[in-house]
Amino acid sequence: MEYILEMRNISKSFGEVQALRDVNFAIAPGEVVGLLGDNGAGKSTLIKIVTGYHQPDPNGGEIYFKGRKIEGLSVSEARRLGIETVYQERALADLQTLWRNIFMGREVTKFLGFIDVKKMRQETEKLMLGSMGFTSSAVAADSVVKTFSGGEKQGVAIVRALYFDAELIILDEPTMGLSLSETKKLLEFVRGIKEAGKSCIFIDHNVFHVYSVADRVVVLDRGTVAGEFLTKDITLEQLMDKMYRVAQTGHLE
Amino acid sequence: MTATASQTEASIPKPLWRSRLGKVARQYGLQIGITCVLLVIWGLFVMGAPETFLQSNIYAAYMSTIPFFAVIALPLTMIVIAGEMDLSFPSVMGVGMVAFTNVWLLTDQVGLAFIASLLAGAVVGFLNGVIVVKLKIPSLVATVGTQFFWRGFVLVVTNAGGVSLVPIKQHPLRQALVGRIGGYLPAQMIWAIVVAVLVWVFLNRHKFGAHVYLIGDNVESARLMGVNVDRTRMINFAILGMAAAFGGVLSSFEQSYFWVSLGDGYLLKTMASVFLGGTSVYGGVGTVYGTFIGCLIIGAIEAGIVAVGKVEIFGLVIKLSGFWTQLIYGLIIVISVSLQNILSRRLAR
Repeated sequence: MEYILEMRNISKSFGEVQALRDVNFAIAPGEVVGLLGDNGAGKSTLIKIVTGYHQPDPNGGEIYFKGRKIEGLSVSEARRLGIETVYQERALADLQTLWRNIFMGREVTKFLGFIDVKKMRQETEKLMLGSMGFTSSAVAADSVVKTFSGGEKQGVAIVRALYFDAELIILDEPTMGLSLSETKKLLEFVRGIKEAGKSCIFIDHNVFHVYSVADRVVVLDRGTVAGEFLTKDITLEQLMDKMYRVAQTGHLE
Repeated sequence: MTATASQTEASIPKPLWRSRLGKVARQYGLQIGITCVLLVIWGLFVMGAPETFLQSNIYAAYMSTIPFFAVIALPLTMIVIAGEMDLSFPSVMGVGMVAFTNVWLLTDQVGLAFIASLLAGAVVGFLNGVIVVKLKIPSLVATVGTQFFWRGFVLVVTNAGGVSLVPIKQHPLRQALVGRIGGYLPAQMIWAIVVAVLVWVFLNRHKFGAHVYLIGDNVESARLMGVNVDRTRMINFAILGMAAAFGGVLSSFEQSYFWVSLGDGYLLKTMASVFLGGTSVYGGVGTVYGTFIGCLIIGAIEAGIVAVGKVEIFGLVIKLSGFWTQLIYGLIIVISVSLQNILSRRLAR
């Protein structure tokens, strides 16, 4: 099978702490992979390597994107390849306007780095009416993000990831702080990614959410892959049972 | 608050001008506020000393002195928006003039010397940036150090002796920088406006400025979204260094003398202009317009107080002198910064 992203033997340490040890991870086009694990299991570190924020240790493994080996992946390089992330902390600049947040780090420029404010405002207005589904009259392209609700902020972060034709969308704890209806909308959105033939890595504490949308689940524990399952081969009860055992003993069986 | 606002809007349609007014107030509240402060202070000066403030000499004097620190306060605004501080610029003014006088005395080329001074300023500013970014020293601390270092450098290199610039008094570059247009308007005022326009364009219509705002607001988010934080910071410091050198050249040309103490007394005035102009000390917020008006206010106070001479409050006559300047600077800064904080919270949405 041709993977969109493949990571081989990834290791990463921060000083004395080894966050990841020989992790193998791959995802195919149109696949939704759930990444599960306790706090400190290495989920965020793995994700931040995929997005180019962290680099693996020297000789700490290889990263392939669409079969091509990638060296020294940076955040802007990852975004250029089509890897977009919706972060746990949402990665918004609260005091800035909506349009500045949507185009953060990827401003539309005319020439010599001069930005096209008009175009970015227009695109933001379009996105607000379309994908974000903002109906509140108080929200405009020039609204400051600080005043948005949790769901609205999550909407901004998701729309930003989608706007730039992502091939692989990473959702890091996306349901955190969302209301029930907002969570439902989010899970539908993940199914939409799959239908569009794009890939998604879904990280969440909540096993129910992950199980209900993922094709495959990868369980991380203390920096290594403890196991992986296709959701069609395992019931939710079995999965929860295994998760519990991993947390207790570090072993699946 | 949102819900009630949209409900009332739906049931009783507000007149269009009112909702427009609300939007303008939210977006430009701080700028309108600072403009009002300027007008009030000006009004008080006109009432207190009409013989001074109703004729043009005082304004010519203002336009000759305000630009010296305004050309620095404007780029300093970008530093503060990015959540940083630079205390070394008064010394960098001196470094720029050391470069100028040395190149000029060596080659007799005024234009070359001018370019050398700007370059020296940019390099020294860039070094500040390197210390802050690469060695991860908080900029406030790093620039306390470099402020002393570069002042010391100026004193050592010049042996604490100034240089007369009288020989270049008729040079076209001097005329262009600090001459009097039509025998009245100081050219440096035009340069201050040019710098204001340039900084505005950079801050609001260039990627660089967009990144400055993002870094000052939430540096972690900026990194996660692929903003080159380190490069933006270093360029920011380099720009300020160059501006400091430019301010030093303007001031020295005006006086036709390079004093080794050049820059003394600029630190607080310049910073005060930035904060008075509504730039947030927490980063992420600030405008070029605000700083520009802040410079006008700070620049006007000293001469204004002296001209007014005395005030009567509830029958109590207070004689004002130059000694009052700092007290009133302080008062105006504390009051306006507090007001801004209250305003920005109320105008939030």
